[in-house]
Amino acid sequence: MCECCNGKKDIYRPQLWTINKHRMLNGTEMYLHLDPDSGKAFDYIPGQFVEVSLAGIGEAPISISSSPTQKGLELVVRNVGGLTKAIHKLKAGDKLGIRGPYGSTYPVSQAKGKDLVFICGGIGLVPQLSFIRYAMDHRADYGSITVLIGTKCHDMRLFREEIALWSERKDITIIETIDEAHDCWDGNVGVVTTLIPRVESDLPASQVLVCGPPIMYKFVLMALAEAGVPEENIYVNLERRMKCGVGKCGHCQINDKYVCQDGPVFRWSDLALVPEAI
Amino acid sequence: MSVSTVSKEQFRSFVAALIGSEQTVVGVQAKNDKFAFGPLRRAEDLRLDYDVTILSPRKYLLPPKETLLNFQVAGDSQTVCDCQPMVLIGVHPYDMAAISQMDELFSQGEYDTHYMNRRQAITIIACDVATASANVFASSMNTATVDSGFDILLTDIGGAYVVQADTDKGRALVKKMAGAKPAGADDMAKRKAVQEKNRTGLNKHVLECKPAFLPKLLEKTYDHPVWEDKARLCYSCGSCNQVCPTCYCFDVQDEVNWDLKTGSRCRVWDGCLLENFATVAGNHNFRKNRSARFRHRLYRKGKYVPSKIGGQIACVGCGRCVSACTAKIANPVDVYNTLLENTEIG
Repeated sequence: MCECCNGKKDIYRPQLWTINKHRMLNGTEMYLHLDPDSGKAFDYIPGQFVEVSLAGIGEAPISISSSPTQKGLELVVRNVGGLTKAIHKLKAGDKLGIRGPYGSTYPVSQAKGKDLVFICGGIGLVPQLSFIRYAMDHRADYGSITVLIGTKCHDMRLFREEIALWSERKDITIIETIDEAHDCWDGNVGVVTTLIPRVESDLPASQVLVCGPPIMYKFVLMALAEAGVPEENIYVNLERRMKCGVGKCGHCQINDKYVCQDGPVFRWSDLALVPEAI
Repeated sequence: MSVSTVSKEQFRSFVAALIGSEQTVVGVQAKNDKFAFGPLRRAEDLRLDYDVTILSPRKYLLPPKETLLNFQVAGDSQTVCDCQPMVLIGVHPYDMAAISQMDELFSQGEYDTHYMNRRQAITIIACDVATASANVFASSMNTATVDSGFDILLTDIGGAYVVQADTDKGRALVKKMAGAKPAGADDMAKRKAVQEKNRTGLNKHVLECKPAFLPKLLEKTYDHPVWEDKARLCYSCGSCNQVCPTCYCFDVQDEVNWDLKTGSRCRVWDGCLLENFATVAGNHNFRKNRSARFRHRLYRKGKYVPSKIGGQIACVGCGRCVSACTAKIANPVDVYNTLLENTEIG
């Protein structure tokens, strides 16, 4: 902050965080746990994201997968571009720049007392985990919790230990499927949409939270419409290119919506008529 | 508001003195057969009779490339603040309107210190248009004259300028104009005549509706064939974005120095017509079709940005995109008028 900034913060300057734990979740997804060098509290709500940067390589928006009820910040980074490739080479003790949190949130308060149904495709499980964990830590606040998880193949499944633990509990229902059959997998085979009829809670009255690849939304939203779920009970969590995270750079715009500010979590009733959305 | 009159010769002496001061002085000058904003070295190079500049003065408010941060590779960063005092001479009313829009967009919500600090260090001497350019349509967009945003507004009334100072910065400058005297009724009448003429005369392309109507028009024309018809010829070169005074989209890039230990995070102009503007890692492009990108620009000007700035239309009628477009498809008036033709407006 310089003198002429009149005490105003530089919205583009990241704060340093230190990686204290990291491991590969599968062949492409790395789990990172970070603590802020400043030691300051970092307040966020499930659904929000941070701009993650490695000075010299670049910056990108990454969903937060931890719940605010947990300590530190957990991110999952897929090795898919220049920045994420460099992040995958980092080890414990290395630092990342973090800006945020940014964006809209899951309906953590409005959903109280209601049944929650999470529909997750692939890496779409990651941002949803923040709310799933939050709801599990405030278990009495919500009705039944159902998590449908679709993964391309057996060895890409994420957070297997945590999901296995949840699977043994009575207060959360986990139903998993993989797209391609495999000898090591004796569970469901097929896309995540095929699990929707198996949801036991009253689907039209539930809060349905959807996150996955672009193609998944189309089919899941069709299936939810058929099941009679009103659009205002559906929330989607979208991905876009972002450079600023603060509604200036123009990259994440979907018609008149800015994914970085109006999203990434949208109520489907606000988006259903917006072309280019999914 | 204080209004004075100063002779052209006296104004030139004032500019010469400004050039000799510590501030950077930027003004409109001839560049081959066109005009451009650039650092002014001699008062006589200033051309307030220009028609339009190649690029808008946006390049001094949001430079094509600016350093946001200096950093240690994989480490911490420090804010870079560029706020050298500057006087910008010769900003036309339509460009002034565009600057006022950017001021609002960069200060609303998350306050952008990089833009705003630079903006506050800039003193703007605007001037009414003396020569209409080939493609100007500011009269259609209600931006042919301007009544706010500048520090000083000049109007050429023949042998002299009428000088309106609107801010403390502006009034301080007028005090330095030797020979400036309060504007008489006659001078005010001449100024009014210039402005009246511009209000209707800067109109080489005539928009067939009031600009305020555009958001409503665009609500009904998302799937109109004009998008595909025009975009079929689009080179996706982004020239329309580059020359536009209201385009402010940017990319952010890291540059590492030769020592491989330090570097800078830079903001550079970007353009929504460029093919990969909406491409994410993994090569998924959310606006892959040329027609979708072509439409996006005109929706941004006519509907999306207006919704953020109280309904002001983000096309100010400078006509630069009309001149810059190789394929001759960028003219917003052409597109909006085509939409008006076949659209029933309730």
